[in-house]
Amino acid sequence: MKVNEVPQDDANMLDGKLKEPCYAVDENGNYTTIKSVGWEAKNIVMQQAWSNISSKIDKVRLKVLDKKLSPIAYYMEKNIMSPKLLSQYTGFFSFTVRRHLKYKAFSKLSDEKLKKYADTFDITVEELKDLSLLKLESVNNAE
Amino acid sequence: MPNNEIVLDFKHKQSAHCENGVVSNLLRYYGIDLSEPMIFGIGSGMFFSHMPFVKVDGIPVTSFRPLPGIIFKRVSKRLGIQFERKRYKNPHKAMDALDEVINENTPVGMLVGVYHLSYFPAPYRFHFNAHNLVAFGKKSGDYLISDPVMEGFEKLSYKELQRVRYAKGLFAPKGHMYYVKHIPDNLDINGAIIKGIKKTCKDMLTIPVGMFGVKGIRFMAKKIAKYPDKLGTRKASLFAGQIVRAQEEIGTGGAGFRFMYAAFLQEAAGYLKQDWLKEMSAEMTQIGDMWRDFAATTARLVKMRENHGENYKQVSDMLMNIADAEEAFYKKLQKITQ
Repeated sequence: MKVNEVPQDDANMLDGKLKEPCYAVDENGNYTTIKSVGWEAKNIVMQQAWSNISSKIDKVRLKVLDKKLSPIAYYMEKNIMSPKLLSQYTGFFSFTVRRHLKYKAFSKLSDEKLKKYADTFDITVEELKDLSLLKLESVNNAE
Repeated sequence: MPNNEIVLDFKHKQSAHCENGVVSNLLRYYGIDLSEPMIFGIGSGMFFSHMPFVKVDGIPVTSFRPLPGIIFKRVSKRLGIQFERKRYKNPHKAMDALDEVINENTPVGMLVGVYHLSYFPAPYRFHFNAHNLVAFGKKSGDYLISDPVMEGFEKLSYKELQRVRYAKGLFAPKGHMYYVKHIPDNLDINGAIIKGIKKTCKDMLTIPVGMFGVKGIRFMAKKIAKYPDKLGTRKASLFAGQIVRAQEEIGTGGAGFRFMYAAFLQEAAGYLKQDWLKEMSAEMTQIGDMWRDFAATTARLVKMRENHGENYKQVSDMLMNIADAEEAFYKKLQKITQ
């Protein structure tokens, strides 16, 4: 790749927080780095990965609103976690986490236990319990 | 805790890949100027693996680099630089130990998870735990951070830094930190370059398992041709997209590190005074361009949601050509001597 071929296809994948150095050859054949804001090929596959995650989150969101799954299941998906990873963050056993993903088990949980989940998700216990928040979320996840 | 302020004279240089970048920046603090490509080449960072039965989120893992930490280990071994490495069960102790070392005017490298790294771009914040950064001071209670992926300095609070040092999941860092302990007076850079190159050729040509090196590329080529029939449209496109992500995600410097390796060979030619390495560099640049073509074509497949067998056959053929080109390349390169 030559310096003038380094793509600058911005799809806001770097959040405006940095430009990424790409190694490229200058007119004298010497390697240098050129900062890039993005490349279309890469943007496409990044967007694909995130839209895959978003659609998973949305499926769970609807199940929570149907009271089949608990809000913990929703925030777990939203934080791209698995029950295993969530168990490592909260200190609950993996099978306990799996049980808490069901709406029935969730409704019986103490605030103390809920706080462990809420802290992991960076939200309050009130937010974790508030199903009305999930009704608004479909718009936010579509980003 | 004493609210002491300390700022070390640490020069930050942005790099494509964090592991190379931290080592390069740490060594520069001690007056050793080795670029990112040099660290990458000496540490034999060039690699390929495709492991269909190791899956993350149901998608096979493809990687253009060895396991995290390996480049670092090889560089220190080949240059004879001693690092102190520590882990702590207790997060508070880990932070105290960090303060102590910084107070001795020593910049400290650390392994962290990126998911909770506040300054990182959101689209890249996955639960990836083998990221490297350096703390080189403390100001108003915040740690001064040199993160090689970022353009300038960053800051993290005590709480934020502790959190990322104790990220959970695969490769959990467990408070891992490291710093330079001893640097020999005479660094045998040329010797280290040769060792680095030989190991790369060996890894790419001779690992007797079909998932690694050049064989791994051919293996993936065969697999990808069967994706649409075997997996259906959606999954075929997800699997193919993941390969492109591994190749071009933050940190490879383009084309799955191939351009970075070409840059290394160019510098190596100067160190060793062997001009033929410049030709090898140019050849690796061409191979990198082939990888970029593969990525562009595959991404188009993903976007168009096409799953005709012939489209996947086309990218499969591209990979076969790349494998042939790489095989010929390493066979020439492995003849290197001092």
